[in-house]
Amino acid sequence: MTEKKVLLVDDEREFLEVLGTRMRNRGLDVATADSAEEAIRKAEQKNFDVLVLDLNMPKMDGLETLKILKRNNPDIHVIILTGHATVENGIRATLSGAEEILEKPSNVDMLIRKIEKLVTKKMVKI
Amino acid sequence: MNPQWEIIGSEGFKFMGKMNASISHEIKNVLAIINEHAGLLEDFTLMAEKGMPVDPERLKQVAGKIQSQIQRADTIVKNMNTFAHSVDEAKGTVELGGLLSFMAVLTERLATMRGVTISAVASPEPITITTHPFLLQTLIWFCLEAVMENAVTGKKLHLSARADEQGVQVVISGLENTEKLFSSHGFPGRRENALLEALEGNAAVKGEGGEIVLTLPLTFSNPAMAKGEVS
Repeated sequence: MTEKKVLLVDDEREFLEVLGTRMRNRGLDVATADSAEEAIRKAEQKNFDVLVLDLNMPKMDGLETLKILKRNNPDIHVIILTGHATVENGIRATLSGAEEILEKPSNVDMLIRKIEKLVTKKMVKI
Repeated sequence: MNPQWEIIGSEGFKFMGKMNASISHEIKNVLAIINEHAGLLEDFTLMAEKGMPVDPERLKQVAGKIQSQIQRADTIVKNMNTFAHSVDEAKGTVELGGLLSFMAVLTERLATMRGVTISAVASPEPITITTHPFLLQTLIWFCLEAVMENAVTGKKLHLSARADEQGVQVVISGLENTEKLFSSHGFPGRRENALLEALEGNAAVKGEGGEIVLTLPLTFSNPAMAKGEVS
């Protein structure tokens, strides 16, 4: 099976760095972006399977970023990884195209299981 | 309760809530980073158990990063505690330089979210006034919030204090569209006016529209406020 391509987006650089390392150590192809602008740019250059996105980000928030990335790549799966996984945030994110919502601090293995589930679902759909 | 204090009460709660939400978000971010570093250490342990070599320098680096995040969390919690205690007294001596530095730190995340940076500029001499500390913080936040709504991304705002014969002035500078802020957006609005009245101050635009100047007395003349009986 090919490596799952994941774009990890969060404005906390240190968080991106460590979580990215841990995910790569588990065999995923992970790119990181610390802003919405960088995420949009990277998503234009590469076709990612899954977007893991924080909601609270400077300038352009996660939901706005999600809408743009979904518009550019409707097949991308989206997992929200946020500090405040409230029901309201969950509803807003789902309505914008997110399929999963996880609260920080999270468990990397659980995140990867969710990524695998979404990518498998995509393969079955194809 | 009179209408002015009803406004102050409800707006004060909103300010407190906004700051607490921002602080709790920051703490969550720190916990998430510590969680990932701890997880990385666990990954190294599993590697070592499988006989794979683990570089001690790498372990030392991760431990150092955890310690630095703990320091970051400690600063956040100290600031949260200072902020929580600002409602303790209805009257207190405030050194404006310290208060403005604190406001810059307290509002840093909310400003960053809007693409704005806020910094405090130190006064040559300490400027102290007797005022209601929490109401003053609330007023400064509402001014910053109104300014940030009109600010372009990348804007740098400065907080400073100065004293003259009329009293002391808290200055928010580096602004744009302040004339518009005052004329079209109705600033200062009901909440700012209620706070200005309680603090016996006034707000004006100066420096060709580049500054909001809050003029405040050295102490209260209102007997109830002077006795610290209104909170």
